[in-house]
Amino acid sequence: MPEHTFRVNGKQVTVDVADDVRLLWVLRDILGITGPKYGCGINVCKACTSHLNGRAVSPCSIPVSDLEPADEVVTIEGLAATAGAELHPMQQAWLDHDVVQCGYCQPGQIMAAVALVHRVAAEGREITEADLDGLRNICRCGTYARIRAAIKAAAKNM
Amino acid sequence: MNRRRFVGYVLAAPVLVTAADLHHGEPAAADLTELLDLNDIMTAAALPTSGLISVEINPDGTASFALPRAEVGQGITTSTAMLIAEELSLPLHRVRVTLADARPELLFNQLTGASNTTIATYTPIRVAAAVARHRLLEAAAALFGAPVTGLRLEDGVITDRAGRRVGIGELAATAASPKTLSVPVELAPRESFTVIGKPHSRIDARDAVTGRKKFAMDLDVAGAKPAMLCRPPTINGKVGAVANLGEVLAMPGVTDVVTVSTGVAVRAETFGQCIDAVRALRVSWRRGTVDGKSDATVLAELAAAELPLGPRPPTPVVEGRFTFHFRSNSALEPNCAIADVRGGRAEIWSGLKSPIVAKQAIAARLGLPLGNVTVHVTEGGGSFGRKLFFDAALEAAEVSQKIGKPVKLMWHRADDARQGRTHPMATSRVRVAYAGDVVLGYEQRHTSVTTDLGHGLGELFTAMAAKLPIGDAAFAQTFFQFSHTSPYRFGVHSRLLSETGKGFNTGSMRNVYSPDTTCARELIVDRLADRMGKDPYRFRLDFLRDERARAVLRQAAEAGGWGRALPAGVAQGIAFHSEYKGVSAALMEIDCRPETVNRPIRDGVGGPRVTRAVFAVDVGLVVNPRGLEAQMMGCVMDGIALALTSSLHLRDGYFLEASWDNYFYTRQWNTPPDLRIIIMPSSSERPGGAGELGVAAAMAAVACAYGRATGTMPTTFPINHGTLSFTPKPTIPPIPASPTDGGTRA
Repeated sequence: MPEHTFRVNGKQVTVDVADDVRLLWVLRDILGITGPKYGCGINVCKACTSHLNGRAVSPCSIPVSDLEPADEVVTIEGLAATAGAELHPMQQAWLDHDVVQCGYCQPGQIMAAVALVHRVAAEGREITEADLDGLRNICRCGTYARIRAAIKAAAKNM
Repeated sequence: MNRRRFVGYVLAAPVLVTAADLHHGEPAAADLTELLDLNDIMTAAALPTSGLISVEINPDGTASFALPRAEVGQGITTSTAMLIAEELSLPLHRVRVTLADARPELLFNQLTGASNTTIATYTPIRVAAAVARHRLLEAAAALFGAPVTGLRLEDGVITDRAGRRVGIGELAATAASPKTLSVPVELAPRESFTVIGKPHSRIDARDAVTGRKKFAMDLDVAGAKPAMLCRPPTINGKVGAVANLGEVLAMPGVTDVVTVSTGVAVRAETFGQCIDAVRALRVSWRRGTVDGKSDATVLAELAAAELPLGPRPPTPVVEGRFTFHFRSNSALEPNCAIADVRGGRAEIWSGLKSPIVAKQAIAARLGLPLGNVTVHVTEGGGSFGRKLFFDAALEAAEVSQKIGKPVKLMWHRADDARQGRTHPMATSRVRVAYAGDVVLGYEQRHTSVTTDLGHGLGELFTAMAAKLPIGDAAFAQTFFQFSHTSPYRFGVHSRLLSETGKGFNTGSMRNVYSPDTTCARELIVDRLADRMGKDPYRFRLDFLRDERARAVLRQAAEAGGWGRALPAGVAQGIAFHSEYKGVSAALMEIDCRPETVNRPIRDGVGGPRVTRAVFAVDVGLVVNPRGLEAQMMGCVMDGIALALTSSLHLRDGYFLEASWDNYFYTRQWNTPPDLRIIIMPSSSERPGGAGELGVAAAMAAVACAYGRATGTMPTTFPINHGTLSFTPKPTIPPIPASPTDGGTRA
C-alpha cells in the first residue's frame, strides 16, 4: 500500500493506507486522533473541522493522497500548542462562556472560530454579525449564542 | 414534619460508601393516588431502588458517584457533582461523577427521560452525601477525642476547635463499616447553600474543548474495527440477496461482509473503507414497512383516525386544525456502539438512556444469559430523545456475534436521517367555546402516528399502572394525559390523543407531544384574544391560573418590550407553557420582510428570522443556573427549527432528507441576534425538570409571531415544509460518496 507523509500537530507522520481514504479516517482510525468528529462525511456539518496550513478544512472530504510532506495538519489536540500555551485563547473563551453542552461538535466549532478570527484579522477588520452568521458548523444542542459571545471575546485576546 | 430529615445507610465496604433509604421519611412516596404528573410517576418508580445508589469517599480525598443516568449534554454530571459537593462541603473538582453500567437491579431507576433526572435524584443523592458527611465527622471525632459538635468540615478538611485537621481521604477507611448501618441525617438547609443555586461551568468542559472528551466512537477497544451497514432504500426494507459479496470482501481494508437483520454489514480498517464498501454492494431489497406511503397518505390516515370533538356548542367558537410534519431527532453524534461478542459473553459501549432495557434486549437477541452481557454507558453526543433507544447497540451486538469479532459500528448520517427515529407526524384540532369575556370550554384532539415508547417507559407505566388513577390506559394515553396540564381558566377541558399507523421508526423527541399541542393551543389563544378584542399578552395574563405562571409571562413581556413599534412585516409573538414542575414564557420577534426571507444561503435555508428571543423560566429550585440557561438556549433553537425550517418529507416509503444540508436544523444564520434567558427567583424547596421545558413555548411564540407578522394563522409546520429546498440524494447506494473538496470548499 502507498505511504503518505505529512505533519500532524507538529509531528511528522507516515501512514500506509490507500490513496483515497479521507484524512478524517486516517486521523481517527489509524493515528487515534479522535478530537475531529464525524457528523456527516460530506463536508456539510463541519464537525471534523481542523486546520491545514492554517486554514479551516473538512478532513472528511480530503483524500490522504492530497497531502504533501510539508503540509501541517492541526487538530483540536494541537491547537493550544500553536498559541504556545496550555489552552488557546479560543479554548479559554469557550470555558469562560461555558459554551459546551454535549461537546460533540465543539472541537470543530473552535477550529472554525480560530480560522475565522485569523481571516478577519488578515483582512484588517473587526468580526461582524454577518461573519458569525456565516459559520456553517452545526450545533444540534443549539449553543450558537454562547459560541458567538466566546468568539467575540477571544478575538480580543488573539 | 421536617422535610430535611432522612435515613440513609453506611454500606458494608472497605472505604466509606453511603446511600439513601427513601422508604422512610420521603413525603413524595406517601400516596401514589396523589401523583399529579408524569414526573411524579417516574420519581415514585425510582424511589424504591434509590438505596442502591451510593456515594463513595476515596483515600485521595475525592468523592465518587456512578450516576445511573445518561449524560448527553444536558449537564446532569455537573449538577449531580454540585449536589454532592454541597452536602459534603467538598470543592466541585473533587467530586468524580461517572456514568453507571446497566444495573438491572435498579429497575426503573436508570431511565433518563421526561426531564426527570434532577427531580428524581435531588433528594436521594443529597441524603447519601449527607450520610457520608455524618460518618466522616464521627470518625474525626473519634480520632481527635473531641465531640462532633465542635468539628467543622470545609473544603474536604475537618478541623476541631483545638486546630487539629484531618482530610476526608484519610478517614475514608476508618469511617467505613464492615456491616451495613442505618443512619438518620438532616440535609443542609437551603439558606446555607454555597454550591446549589450558584452558576457553575460544566465539569467536562475542559475535556470537551481540548478534544479529550471521549464519545463511544473515540474509545479504544482492542480489535474493534469500524463497521457500517448497507441499508435498504425504503424504511425498514429487508435484504433479499447480495450479488457481489466476494467482490466487496476483496476491497481494500475490508475484513468482513455479512447479512444481518437490518442490512448488510461491512467491517474494515477505516470508516472510509466501510463507506466505499457499502456503496459497492449490490443488494436486492425486499419491501419495507411503509412502502408507498407519503406525506399525503399519512395525513389521510391521521384524518381518518381523529377522534370527534364533542357536539358543537350553541355559543361562538374558535377552531383550528394544525399539521406537524415528521421531524428528525438525530443528534450530531449518529447512532453508534461498540460491541465485543465472543465466547458466550457480550460487552457493549454506547450512549444509552435506557441501558437496562438495552441489556435485556441484547441478551435476548444474542441468546445469552443476562449476566453474560455487560453494557457500559458512554457520554452521549446529544440525544433529544434519540438515545432512549439502542438501535445501534443491538445491531453492533448482532454483527459482532455473527462475525465473531469486535466492531465499532456507526450509522452514516444518511442512515441516521432516513432509517433513524423520528418525531411522528401529527395533527392537532382545537376548539374553544366562549361567550362574551368568558371561555366555556377547551377541546383538543391530537392525532399522531404512533410514538414508540418501547424503551422502558412503557414497562414503568405497567408496573405503576395499578396505583395510578388512570387505570390501565395505553402507555401513550397515560403519557399524554400526565404530561399535559391546563394552564388557562378555559372552563371544561377535554384533551385526547389518538394514535395510528405503525411501521415508522419513531421515538419521543425532546418535549415529546408538547411543542405541537402547545403551538396549536397558543395560536388558537391568539385568535380567541382577537375575537374578544384583547391584546394577546393581556389576554393570557387574564386567563392564566396561577401567579407563578403570570409572573414568567409578565417577565418575558416586559424584558422583551411587548408591544413596541415595529416595521410592517416584523412582529412579536408571546406564548406560555408549563411542564416538569416548571413554568415558562417566550417572547419572539420575527422579521418576515422579503429582503430577510430571501437572503441567500448556500446549502441551507434562510426564511423568516427570529431577531429577538426572550425566554423567562421558573423551574422551582435551580441547581445550576448556568446549566439551566444553556438548556433554555438550546430549547429556543429547537423551537425555532420546529416552527420554521426542520422537517422530513416522506415520499414512496422513504424520507427525502439524507444529511444536514437537507434537514434544516437551526444554524448560525437562523439564530436570534438578541437572545435573553431570564431565570426567575424561586422560593421552592424542590427542583423541576429543565432539559425539555423550553421547546414548547419557544415554538409556539415563533408561530404566533409569524402569524402576527404575516396577518395569517399558520396551520402547517414547519412553515417552509411546502417548499423542497434541496435535491434529494439517491437511495441506492444508500449513502453518498465521500467528497474531495474538503480543502477548498469552506
